[in-house]
Amino acid sequence: MCLAVPGKVLSIEEREGTRMAVVDFGGVVKEVCLEYLPDLQVGEYTIVHVGFALQRLDEESARQTLALFEGLGLLEEEFGDQWAIAAKAAGADEPAGTDQEARA
Amino acid sequence: MKYLEEFQNPVLARKLLDEIHAVTTRPWALMEVCGGQTHSIIRHGIDQLLPEQVELIHGPGCPVCVTPLETIDKALEIASRPGVIFCSFGDMLRVPGSDRDLFQVRSRGGDVRVVYSPLDALRVAQQNPEREVVFFGIGFETTAPPNAMTVYQAEKLGVKNFSMLVSHVRVPPAIEGLMTSPECRVQAFLAAGHVCSVMGMEEYPELAERFKVPIVVTGFEPLDILEGVRRAVLQLERGEHRVENAYPRAVRPEGNPAARRMLADVFEVTDRAWRGIGTIPASGWRLADRYREFDAEHRFQVGAIATKEPAACRSGEVLQGLLKPHECEAFGTTCTPRTPLGATMVSSEGACAAYYLYRRLGGATTTPVEASSVG
Ligand code: SF4
Repeated sequence: MCLAVPGKVLSIEEREGTRMAVVDFGGVVKEVCLEYLPDLQVGEYTIVHVGFALQRLDEESARQTLALFEGLGLLEEEFGDQWAIAAKAAGADEPAGTDQEARA
Repeated sequence: MKYLEEFQNPVLARKLLDEIHAVTTRPWALMEVCGGQTHSIIRHGIDQLLPEQVELIHGPGCPVCVTPLETIDKALEIASRPGVIFCSFGDMLRVPGSDRDLFQVRSRGGDVRVVYSPLDALRVAQQNPEREVVFFGIGFETTAPPNAMTVYQAEKLGVKNFSMLVSHVRVPPAIEGLMTSPECRVQAFLAAGHVCSVMGMEEYPELAERFKVPIVVTGFEPLDILEGVRRAVLQLERGEHRVENAYPRAVRPEGNPAARRMLADVFEVTDRAWRGIGTIPASGWRLADRYREFDAEHRFQVGAIATKEPAACRSGEVLQGLLKPHECEAFGTTCTPRTPLGATMVSSEGACAAYYLYRRLGGATTTPVEASSVG
């Protein structure tokens, strides 16, 4: 029940003095109250919970987070023990003797 | 759906997992507070992909599960009265009261309706002026603003036949309660992302400092949870205890100021009993005095109710992270989602239900992150 899901604002209108939006959740379309995010614009993404937009979903920081994940392990790939990395990728143990070889 | 699928990417999940394995040198116990996160973890088998030394303890963040039995019984009593339309979120329907549930009230003739939003319940009241319409207002800080707005609008629009049975709970006092318990093993918290979308992060530095625990605000998709774990483990390994935001796309430090203002206007902080756990000081919200006429407890005068909890149910221990669901004797035998003994077996956020749905055979049948693509 606490789960809130991201959706994209398709349109906005005023109804009985309340700001409402039509929001698309990957094909499912619902009416959402915008009273807590009055400056939300058509085309933006928002986190919706029980019919209310509670927070703007920030595209820029979503991209940054994904870029951070992409970059994980890059330093190790560049400077790490290449035999260990290859062994890990193959799901195998490191071949005997490679330890010394790699450091020789 | 954009911003869901990207955060389920198996290649990135692998990178995060490798990183967590690489930095873990000692055993650590992390608690994910929110039941939505528990479901994501069990469903994707995340706990089984983590290093053996990293244990995830499931927290009390299932609003349906912690709603006090007395409040459930009051709901059942009100819903059974002639002339009442009782509106609720769907996951309350099968939560066991002392002797029945809302589902049974409905099959015995009560007018119980499921709504998606509290505003829908207000609309039902406007369409049925001759009936009393009651909404069951439970939930954490995420659900409280929608419910607060609905009461505010009921007053503004003068909808006299609408009221709310309120039992809201707050996360920070629960963290405090857990940490002051002598049985507590938690060394770091993954804080509930959507609670923080509303409330921001201001309540947490004091807790992190006082109990020397890292608190990492965490989202709900597999990558979000792995990132929360990664940051918590990094802090623990370095001996740090800070508040970090691992869910910045949906959480700003100040939260949602408009929602917080409305909460402060409509509700006031109160002590609250948590089902299976006991009373935690200042851990709940009730309607403020000026909205008293919309308080269903006041309007219907449901007095003291004698409650009866099944002795076999150990959900209190499950909710405090002291027991894993499958360690309960009744799990999967006398207690199943069809015949639940406790609320934790019913709710879409209950830990017992998560284990039953995704891990029936005791550990072998989960879908690893690699195999999952849709949420
Ligand atoms: S398995 Fe059933 S009886 Fe056991 S703790 Fe969970 S809800 Fe209670």
